[in-house]
Amino acid sequence: MDFIVPSQMPPIATYRVLDFNAKLIDRNRPAPDVIDEQALTWHRNMLIDHGWYHVRSTKTRSFELLHGMCKLDSTGEEGITVGSAAAFGPDDIITTQYRETGVIAQRGYTLEDFLCQLMHNKDDPGKGRNMPVHYSGRVKTGVHAVASTLGIQTPHAVGAAYAMKLEDQRTATKRPRVAAAYFGEGAASEGDFHEALNFAAVREYPVVFICRNNGFAISTPNREQYRGDGIASRGVGYGIEAMRVDGTDIFAVYEATVEARRRTLADNKPILLELMSYRSGHHSTSDDSFAYRSRQDASNWSTQHSAISLLRKWLEKKRLWTAEQDKDTRTHIRKDIIAGMKVAEKKPMPPLTSSWDDVYAVYSEEQTA
Amino acid sequence: MLRKAHNCYGSVANSTLLRRGYASHPPKARLNIPTDYASTPLLHHSAKSSLANKELSNEARNGTTSRINLFQAVNAALAHALRSDQRVLLFGEDVAFGGVFRCSMNLATEFGDDRVFNTPLSEQGIVGFAAGAAMEGMRPVAEVQFADYVFPAFDQIVNEIAKCRYRAGHNADSMNCGGLVIRMPAGGVGHGGLYHTQSPESLFTHVPASNDPVIFLEPKILYRAAVEHVPAEPYILPLSTAEVLKEGKDVTIISYGTPLYACQSALAAAEKDFKCSVELIDLRTVYPWDRQTVMASVNKTGRCIVVHESMVNAGVGAEVAATVQEGCFLRLEAPVQRIGGWSTHAGLAYEKFNIPDVTRIYDAIRTSLEY
Repeated sequence: MDFIVPSQMPPIATYRVLDFNAKLIDRNRPAPDVIDEQALTWHRNMLIDHGWYHVRSTKTRSFELLHGMCKLDSTGEEGITVGSAAAFGPDDIITTQYRETGVIAQRGYTLEDFLCQLMHNKDDPGKGRNMPVHYSGRVKTGVHAVASTLGIQTPHAVGAAYAMKLEDQRTATKRPRVAAAYFGEGAASEGDFHEALNFAAVREYPVVFICRNNGFAISTPNREQYRGDGIASRGVGYGIEAMRVDGTDIFAVYEATVEARRRTLADNKPILLELMSYRSGHHSTSDDSFAYRSRQDASNWSTQHSAISLLRKWLEKKRLWTAEQDKDTRTHIRKDIIAGMKVAEKKPMPPLTSSWDDVYAVYSEEQTA
Repeated sequence: MLRKAHNCYGSVANSTLLRRGYASHPPKARLNIPTDYASTPLLHHSAKSSLANKELSNEARNGTTSRINLFQAVNAALAHALRSDQRVLLFGEDVAFGGVFRCSMNLATEFGDDRVFNTPLSEQGIVGFAAGAAMEGMRPVAEVQFADYVFPAFDQIVNEIAKCRYRAGHNADSMNCGGLVIRMPAGGVGHGGLYHTQSPESLFTHVPASNDPVIFLEPKILYRAAVEHVPAEPYILPLSTAEVLKEGKDVTIISYGTPLYACQSALAAAEKDFKCSVELIDLRTVYPWDRQTVMASVNKTGRCIVVHESMVNAGVGAEVAATVQEGCFLRLEAPVQRIGGWSTHAGLAYEKFNIPDVTRIYDAIRTSLEY
């Protein structure tokens, strides 16, 4: 009688490309297949994602304004969002949680879009309906509008993948598409996550499931969230191929996602990626995370294991970046954000009647009254 | 400022000093001014007034009070329950460190993590687990972090918790969820948007439940804002009765939760402007609800207005209005009005316009009087 004993199994390995000094761990492999311009763009997008953090850490009036709204940032996870988003195609459909600003930035959301959403003014693509960072950008970026509810986006991606698969078959397109769903390790405790994986596996749909394992769900650490070997191990239970990746190594993230996408399309099956990182910031501006974790931990991760710092080291080694450029770029981004906020702040709100638009396709009799 | 209050532990909420980016009261408003919780007659601002409450036991009335806010009161009540009965448990997301609204501060430390603990992130899991524990004799308090997130648990609530005693037939006493409480913060705060604002209570009123699990909704905006003298001795308030907060002769207003404060401001202005007298009733329990008190009041005044934050369509107001017109039809001087959220979602930019405000309630009083 042989029980399967998970505690006796080795943990799933973590795919890495660079060591902490930005050198290739495997000296025998070729350099990452990324042109310099791409890497520089990624770095810039990560800095913009991190830019909210810049603005918050300076005591400006914009900081006060920014801070007056419940906001979430992705400090520590910029490599995950930008690196993985870079691997998807322009027609791929993406669903996210609410900590994937880098994904939507990488796919074309502009600073103006971000700030109009933040200020929920008349130019907010979401018509002022949702909390900050709950972006709406389906037309421009292929990313579904964000909700606060957790895990709901995972079955959406599965349904979307099916719709696209049928459509692509019908049109015999040469550029087939995949769907992707991003979620945190906490959201992976929700029922929707399990149902989504099971559906995708049984029905064989091209979905890439991407878990941002950042260590916390508000105050709940991983030990109180699950006892299995992270989220990657759940793939086995559903018959889904899975891999764990170092989320602070943007090249590892990129390569893993490129390969996941390739496999998904080649074999019409879902793939699960678990990208490991650490939530260096608070859960949101309504949270003081030092109530449940040490400043030392947060500081260690943000100084020693930052995806931005690692990519920066790599760029500097290739002489594509300097300390001077870094300082200038961060200053410019901060100025752009603050200037953009001032513009966005002055714009009028959406019209009041917009509160009743888009509820029904046509106004109901009651609404007209 | 609400957000500042969240982040400045230990400090009392201040009035807004910094400009907010959301819809807020216009500068020269006469009616729509923010509720002043420090002076509203709905709260007890002295020990004397607090202890005068006839619903309190003699022990409580002869005791002292402390001046605390809503989350501190919830915290004290939970502590008392945990202390008095070993079967009481408290769990949910982020409960251990004190909870996102601080309702469970220090409880894990005092009662240990066997009884006060974090669960994984899953509302259906939390509530389903609570149901099982209750069925086997525990008295669990399950916390859903925001009422907006209760929906995955709806099946457990409707099909299991409400029905398990009934379906057990002769075995009813051996497997029921009578000891179960589900707590959740609900209601608007001004910047919660679609998913931190909802008041889904009417959905649950459609489900009778047997002996007698409770869904307890806590208006989250009042956690810090509402501060009053609370008796220090433990006491019990009946769940089955409404409370007449203010007596009157001409119009009955029925409400519950945060809108009561807007009702109070509206009726104060209306009594002055229209020389009328308004009776204000706090339903307290939304289902089963205290029909006797409400009908007695409407039979006295002849006019009825129901106010609630959640959408007016098929809301609690609809149930109250239908019952009132059935029972008081010939006495009514005007149709029963329902002032509720508009039939649309709680979009962030529009929250202030969606939620019933002083002006709308004042207007309803006038309409009722002039009908």
